[in-house]
Amino acid sequence: MSVLADTMASRRGAGAHRPLLAVLHEWVVTVDHKRLGVMYVVSGLVFLVVAGLEASAMRLQLAWSGLHVVPPGTFNQLFTMHGTTMVFLVGIPIVFGFGNYLVPLMIGARDLAFPRLNAFGFWIFLFGGLLLHFSFLGGEGLYGGGAAPAIGWFAYAPLTERAFTPGNATDYWNLALLVAGVGTIATAVNMVTTIATMRGPGMTLGRMPIFVWEILTISALTLIILPPLTAAQIMLLLDRFLGAHFFDTQAGASAVMWQHFFWFFGHPEVYILMLPGFGFASEIIPVFSRKVLFGYPMLVAASAGIGLVGMGTWAHHMFVVGMGSTLNAAFAASTMLVAVPTGVKIFNWLGTMYGGKIRFGTPMLFCCAFLFQFLCAGLTGIMLSVAPFDWQLSDSYFVVAHFHFMLVGALVFTIFAAIYYWFPKVTGRMLSERLGRWHFWLFVIGFNITFLTMHVPGMLGMPRRIYTYPADRGWEIWNLVVTLGLPLQIVGILIFVINIVISLRRGAPAGDDPWDAWTLEWATTSPPPAYNFDVVPVVSSRRPLWDLKHPDDPDGPHE
Amino acid sequence: MNERGRVGMIGLIVAETSLFAVFVVAYLFYIGKSLNGPYPKDVLELPIFNTVCLLSSSITIAVALRALRTGAARRAGVWLLLTIVLGAVFLAGTAREWYRLIVGHGLTIGTNLFGTTFYSLVGLHASHVIVGLAILILLCVFAFSGTLREHLERAEIASWYWHFVDGVWIVVFTVVYLVGR
Repeated sequence: MSVLADTMASRRGAGAHRPLLAVLHEWVVTVDHKRLGVMYVVSGLVFLVVAGLEASAMRLQLAWSGLHVVPPGTFNQLFTMHGTTMVFLVGIPIVFGFGNYLVPLMIGARDLAFPRLNAFGFWIFLFGGLLLHFSFLGGEGLYGGGAAPAIGWFAYAPLTERAFTPGNATDYWNLALLVAGVGTIATAVNMVTTIATMRGPGMTLGRMPIFVWEILTISALTLIILPPLTAAQIMLLLDRFLGAHFFDTQAGASAVMWQHFFWFFGHPEVYILMLPGFGFASEIIPVFSRKVLFGYPMLVAASAGIGLVGMGTWAHHMFVVGMGSTLNAAFAASTMLVAVPTGVKIFNWLGTMYGGKIRFGTPMLFCCAFLFQFLCAGLTGIMLSVAPFDWQLSDSYFVVAHFHFMLVGALVFTIFAAIYYWFPKVTGRMLSERLGRWHFWLFVIGFNITFLTMHVPGMLGMPRRIYTYPADRGWEIWNLVVTLGLPLQIVGILIFVINIVISLRRGAPAGDDPWDAWTLEWATTSPPPAYNFDVVPVVSSRRPLWDLKHPDDPDGPHE
Repeated sequence: MNERGRVGMIGLIVAETSLFAVFVVAYLFYIGKSLNGPYPKDVLELPIFNTVCLLSSSITIAVALRALRTGAARRAGVWLLLTIVLGAVFLAGTAREWYRLIVGHGLTIGTNLFGTTFYSLVGLHASHVIVGLAILILLCVFAFSGTLREHLERAEIASWYWHFVDGVWIVVFTVVYLVGR
């Protein structure tokens, strides 16, 4: 009891007038899943801003034909760094950061299974991210001027061989992602172990919140699909430093093998990013519709289905390589198959909203936009799964528009929803709804001006990754519109940052359960104490807090 | 703790399996694709003795754990020591093989695709043997100091890793010395 009292006392003391260095030290040495989760998400958001600035520079360059905003070589570095940063340093840390923070709270555990491994995972990820960005300063280090990698985020061989990219820029890409990947694998092991062994009393698998299911799915998926990227990167390392020939076509090797290894990772990676997004939506939509989630078992099965089928779709990124009709047809079919469980999920969410008493809070607004934009992204995905259609539009801006609809229109929107939804739990203060609405409307309008329009120059034949384009193709006006969506998004993000800064100091106190929600994380205080729960609640249904609030009408009998 | 350790080790083994699988696929895909010699059939010899050593080390570690379960920590230590010796003999055999290939036949990682894939796959496995040996040495020290008895399940989980390293060798042996020769 005295330990508990001490902890409570130190909590009350925390944050109030302590030397900055002591606070910093506490954060650096922490193994607490909540602090590590916050650090993951915050560093992810910082990298998001960096990658956003890179994207802005590219959009300015492409706003009209023949502009000279950045030099051509820099442009190559910008799209490489933007893509790499967004996938590896924004997407992964944010989804695993939320997993870090929420999974133990949602299943009624004290922490993750291996807290120190968790800290290792975070710091090595951060080191990888800083190493990648150090290339802007150091680049080729002692060998010449500074330079960031310029090989595209999927680093196709044989461009990455020493003969074609001398210097150390490519090695920054390779090593940074190698070490960050090790951190991600460690975190995935941690998540699987935590969910398998540390669920609280009564928290059976069938009662876990959908978000926990999604984290379990992507962690298992990570264990299978991330090591192949690590392996391919080790091969590239051997090629570049020891003179091996894994991707050296001069020695009879196959450059296409890199593509297979990369996309065997790279495609399921999209699901690793998206499934937690589905998890956010599946937690937020029921609470804001005041209804039980529609079709819980189907939603879980759909996630597992996406994970399984998703591992067999990678070569749809390679239709233009010339794999032959059999493989093309097989991968086209498997890609279309993935649309089935994905479609199931859309109906889960629509079914949840149908007949509900919907509250349009900021998290729900982002989720609604997510539904439309995700559907649109899915449909263009099915279009691109048709191999002949892909031959026509592969490597065009249509593809760029497609995956930005997925990763921004769906993933980033659900991440914003999640931040508005769980910010009160993490900080104890509400984010301003008024600023949240400004953020939402500016961002949703800006996003659609940019990326809905971007489909058009793609269909008109504009290839991706070009520095500029001739004036007579009819692409200028579309590119101008695409770029004009940018300021709205930037202002939206600025308002979001301002909202966070203001609300941290002056936001309305949140209380334990501001949304009248049903999952366990809302049963403890906001922010939760270091040990998470005073008393770990016994769970007897999928909505343990509903049962607590309505003892006369528990959920159990209806499940 | 023990339940956590088990699941964690299974997770690690799944990830490692996936890592090895890619190197195995690369090896299989590049069989016969070397543009110049030396070729596997000219220079590779079956490492039978090595293989027997490594595979029997799985048996000795199992015996060590059985001894540990009955509380005979010193006896377990002796069996662990034997396991370490067998693993070290395996490594020495690999070193001898590589010396023969590099000095005798001039085959390096940069010679041809065979060299590239051979040294990578066998080297990746050997690096896992080294990590395994480090773990075994720790276990052995703790066995003789008597503290291992209280951490029986941890020793068992560590032994899983060693069994995994042995199992991978069966695949590597089959792919490199049987299929690829």
